[in-house]
Amino acid sequence: MSVTIEKAAPLTVGSHVRDYLSRVRGGDIGSLPAVLGLIALCVFFGIMRPAFFSAGNFANLFTQGAAVTIIAMGLVFVLLLGEIDLSAGYASGVCASVLAVLLTFHGWPWYAATLAALVTGLVIGLAIGFMVAKVGIPSFVVTLAAFLSFQGIGLILIRGGTNVPVRDEVLVAISNKNVPPALGWALFLLGVLAFAAIQLWQWRNRHARGLISEALAVVLFRIAALVVVVGAAVYVLNLERSRNVLITSLKGVPIVVPIIVVLLVVWTFVLHRTAYGRHVYAVGGNREAARRAGINIDRIRISVFVICSFMAAIGGVVAASRANSVDANTGGSNVLLYAVGAAVIGGTSLFGGKGRIMDAVLGGAVVAVIDNGMGLMNASAGAKFAWTGGVLLAAASIDALSRRRAAATGNR
Amino acid sequence: MSATPLLELRGIDKGFGPVQVLRDVNLTVYPGEVTALVGDNGAGKSTLVKCVSGIYAIDSGQIFFEGLPVSVNSPRDAATLGLEVVYQDLALCDNLDIVQNMFLGREKRSGLVLDEPTMEQLAAETLASLSVRTVKSLRQHASSLSGGQRQTVAIAKAVLWNSKVVILDEPTAALGVAQTAQVLELVRRLADRGLAVVLISHNMNDVFAISDRIATLYLGRMAAQVKTTDVTHSQIVELITAGRSGNLGLSENGGPR
Repeated sequence: MSVTIEKAAPLTVGSHVRDYLSRVRGGDIGSLPAVLGLIALCVFFGIMRPAFFSAGNFANLFTQGAAVTIIAMGLVFVLLLGEIDLSAGYASGVCASVLAVLLTFHGWPWYAATLAALVTGLVIGLAIGFMVAKVGIPSFVVTLAAFLSFQGIGLILIRGGTNVPVRDEVLVAISNKNVPPALGWALFLLGVLAFAAIQLWQWRNRHARGLISEALAVVLFRIAALVVVVGAAVYVLNLERSRNVLITSLKGVPIVVPIIVVLLVVWTFVLHRTAYGRHVYAVGGNREAARRAGINIDRIRISVFVICSFMAAIGGVVAASRANSVDANTGGSNVLLYAVGAAVIGGTSLFGGKGRIMDAVLGGAVVAVIDNGMGLMNASAGAKFAWTGGVLLAAASIDALSRRRAAATGNR
Repeated sequence: MSATPLLELRGIDKGFGPVQVLRDVNLTVYPGEVTALVGDNGAGKSTLVKCVSGIYAIDSGQIFFEGLPVSVNSPRDAATLGLEVVYQDLALCDNLDIVQNMFLGREKRSGLVLDEPTMEQLAAETLASLSVRTVKSLRQHASSLSGGQRQTVAIAKAVLWNSKVVILDEPTAALGVAQTAQVLELVRRLADRGLAVVLISHNMNDVFAISDRIATLYLGRMAAQVKTTDVTHSQIVELITAGRSGNLGLSENGGPR
């Protein structure tokens, strides 16, 4: 009896590259448009406005894009099921209002207020998920209603459109302070070593069991790429970027960056290494098959809305920290569309079943670069909206077209 | 005749409101045999399968599993007994790979983390034990599989979970000639491993090629359950279309002979 499955040709660097190219040609393009777009945008803005590539502006990109990226991470879960959460923006606003009101009007300590904001997010998600999964209202309608309601609740919470300041040092630090350079390097080293250890351990484990494993060179290349890209980023962020060193020194990785990295790692782990994550993909890919496999569909559907609103709450805290205050606009205007845009631009499919947390980060970077670069070019707010909208539409078109191509080539 | 039937249905009745779909249906399924379940459209084949697999509740009658009376109230009950149904529309997730599909809902874990290498090994062993050689990689998405390969994965899933009874609903309906042969070969191998296989099919060639017994449903009643070697092609066709053939099948007035 021949067992071809285990005796298939060992994977080499060449076969890895060929495999990837054939997948791209087959319509499985993943984050490729986002990465290429990001490079193109950076080159364009870098040429038009040399200030774009200054260390100070580089640090700004992170703090500007943080809230949207975090909300987008939560949206990836909802989009994976082919659902949508239009209320994520204002949900973050409501959570930020809870935070600010408890902190400033009621004098709660920062940790208690933050906890209250996060719990608010969980409750919101539970309510939306219940309406969608148990009552059976389409998520579009539920979250559209929530979108309007949360806008109102936010207004009521902050007592009619006043600007509630957030002055707590710890909270303000999240978006406005930096990690000391030495600690930044230490975290970098820790992260890279952990990544390398996990990658090599997995490779060894598969190799030892006689399963098909990637070529070692591919694994090493991946580790090296991470070291170079993240190392360069840490190096640039550790440069002095204060205009006048005599008055104040400004250097180090913004505190939001490690927060985003931790969220990225945690949710990626949940999606790809736990049974729960597997079930999310299954429900998004073929709900009937998942049901027949004994997966509790309702529970999965509720849970993604809980995760989404919880992440919106974190995004709200980060946004409040960046603005030093909360007002009626927190989480409003373009926040939701930027977040949905980030997830879709990064390669998460609006049709469900396809997407990664990394997509939110890459897409968030694209959105932040557009916003930042056009700001440097003194473009009007109107032009920014129009262009970001255009990019979102382009990303959605790529999603739809690649899906069609995948269907035609039998890759879906 | 082999030992006790693995699955035995006695006097199954099932109606939907005023429509009586199944009337006093008896069926015995033996281990190590392929029992073909044939009948015209609307004869009640699918309803019978759904009753056995716990999707529909039966109105009256009894189900015996390994000689013991059981009640099957949900698909989960059926799975616990060791009864797996491979549906015609193939319950595979396109965005998951072969291993992920085979273990869906019953993933192997070490602690909190999915144990991918173990799952991949078990899947490979199962496919190898069924002499499946048609899939390139276990890590290819279900979307890139052909109809026959999808059917193979769905069947292999039943084997992986040590099912005792596998019910296949039209496994070859959408397949080409070569793929049909492959799937039929696989079905035969399942029975040779000692499983009880129920094959629902419209294709008489398939039925005669691999079945040991043929059960014919006619308008919701079991017209006859016979050994494949005892009947001819045309007799089965008559049983399907008229409910009787010579001294086989239902009597003139419609009752059992």
